[in-house]
Amino acid sequence: MSDIPAVAAEGLIKKYGTTIALDGFDLTVPQGTVYGLLGPNGAGKTTSVRVFATLLRPDGGRAQVLGHDVLKQAADVRKTIGLTGQYAALDEYLTGRANLVMIGQLSRLTLDAARRRADELLERFDLSEAANRAVKTYSGGMRRRLDLSASLIGQPQVLFLDEPTTGLDPNARAMMWDIVRGLAADGTTVLLTTQYLEEADQLAARIAVIDGGRVIAEGTSAELKSRVGGEHLEINLAAGQDVEAAMLALKHFAKGTISQNDIGGHLAVPVSPSEGLTTEVVRALDIAGVSVNDVTIRRASLDDVFFALTREAA
Amino acid sequence: MTAVTTAADLDFTHGHTQSRLFLTDVWVLIKRAIARIRNEPETLMDVTAMPVIFILMFAYVFGGSIPLPHHGSYHEYLIGGMLGMGLAQTAPGVAVALVSDMHTGLMDRFRSLPMSRWAVLIARSIAELLTQMISAVIVVCVGLAIGWRVHTSAGNVAVALALALLFGYAFTWAGILLGMVLRSPEAAQQLGFIIFLPLTFISSAFVPTQGMPGWLQPVAEWNPMSALAAASRKLFGNPNPAALVHSWPMQHPELAVVAWSVGMLLVFAPLAVRRYRRVALG
Repeated sequence: MSDIPAVAAEGLIKKYGTTIALDGFDLTVPQGTVYGLLGPNGAGKTTSVRVFATLLRPDGGRAQVLGHDVLKQAADVRKTIGLTGQYAALDEYLTGRANLVMIGQLSRLTLDAARRRADELLERFDLSEAANRAVKTYSGGMRRRLDLSASLIGQPQVLFLDEPTTGLDPNARAMMWDIVRGLAADGTTVLLTTQYLEEADQLAARIAVIDGGRVIAEGTSAELKSRVGGEHLEINLAAGQDVEAAMLALKHFAKGTISQNDIGGHLAVPVSPSEGLTTEVVRALDIAGVSVNDVTIRRASLDDVFFALTREAA
Repeated sequence: MTAVTTAADLDFTHGHTQSRLFLTDVWVLIKRAIARIRNEPETLMDVTAMPVIFILMFAYVFGGSIPLPHHGSYHEYLIGGMLGMGLAQTAPGVAVALVSDMHTGLMDRFRSLPMSRWAVLIARSIAELLTQMISAVIVVCVGLAIGWRVHTSAGNVAVALALALLFGYAFTWAGILLGMVLRSPEAAQQLGFIIFLPLTFISSAFVPTQGMPGWLQPVAEWNPMSALAAASRKLFGNPNPAALVHSWPMQHPELAVVAWSVGMLLVFAPLAVRRYRRVALG
């Protein structure tokens, strides 16, 4: 059972007129993990999630959720998934509880089970006090939590979260992050789309970087970071130093090309970190007669990965 | 955080028959519409306050200047026309409600659930029928208050009301189709207004068609609104100048209402359902 991927896509194509939203989109999401789809606006994140959630018919390719084809076995797919989109998909005029009971019953729970589960989720997501108020009185963060509760009410095995924190204030965002971590701990498979690198880094065990309707890189956050050279030593030379001499002295440590900024006083050296590296570098520069203002080790962030990969693709 | 329920602890209805599941879904969505009315009674303004305002306006402002052949009572004439208007003008509201559900993503949520696909549209049409009944009751009550009377049997009244509701139900599907095609609630509101206002007024709902210019008369006579107005007046035993008009729908208004309603249902319902499927799996 658990060898079947939660989500599998092969060569998905989706065109809107002349715009190509998905352009050979491949993806495999293992069960029981939080998986991040990271990409800028218009990269194809939402389109792919809509295909997986049986809301959109792809023009080409195949997609399966827990082994069920999204086109041929859409009804089976719908029994296993939950979807939370970018907007709170709720009835504004109903109370929070009434919304959950309604979605619960439509998720094929009996009325009793829907009520029980609604109360449990309201409690779990800190909405009990507001449960009997109309949703239109809710704050943005409360709506998202209620929307998420609605996606969870039928006990989905696979949960799609499409940009769950876009537009939320920092507090509400932190709360959503905690909730997603809690879901992961319960063993729910979560496919999360985000345009925030930090969010993918914080939450996702594996990340697919999306650009132009296809996956341009895939792996754990650490794997992706190591793809753009891992760590760098950033060296600020004192004013008027011999940059050539410095480069020569650093060549021994560099695991790639040393880059320098326009005015030459700032060098970035790709390195593989080792004990006492910084000391050795400073000593080597000293011997070469170059004086240094500042040496720091900088780890690649997902931002570096993202910009490097999208630049390659362009 | 409280203890987590596992799927095994929850009672699912997967074992129920398809038709029972369908009826449950429809019922849950009708309950939603009723709960909304209970929480926001002002959403019923278009079927409650509007007919009252129109009846009073036409009875006491315009009515005195509208001559009827054979000096019939305008107050008695008015109610048959008002019934159709009260029912048909709920259609833009249906469109607005559906477009709003698409807008907020609620429609996407419904589509991603293991629920019956058609329940959403069917439930909306039934909920609308309930509000249309409220509208009919209000028109009848205000009518009685301004001096409208029925001069025939209870059976005739029942037939008239049944025809009116059939007619209203057909218009609901026009509204549903509108809601499936349009993108914004504002557009639905405005287009609904543009379609339904002339539809109501270029008819015998408020004035006899005899007073209209010759080229406009056939348009008004073949307007389904005129057919319902004439059928209601005939069945209530109210002044019915349309009986003097020699066009088929005015001579056979009950048949015309059924033909128009069934025709509209046969055109609009499949188109709406097809559109729903297409939007459902664009």
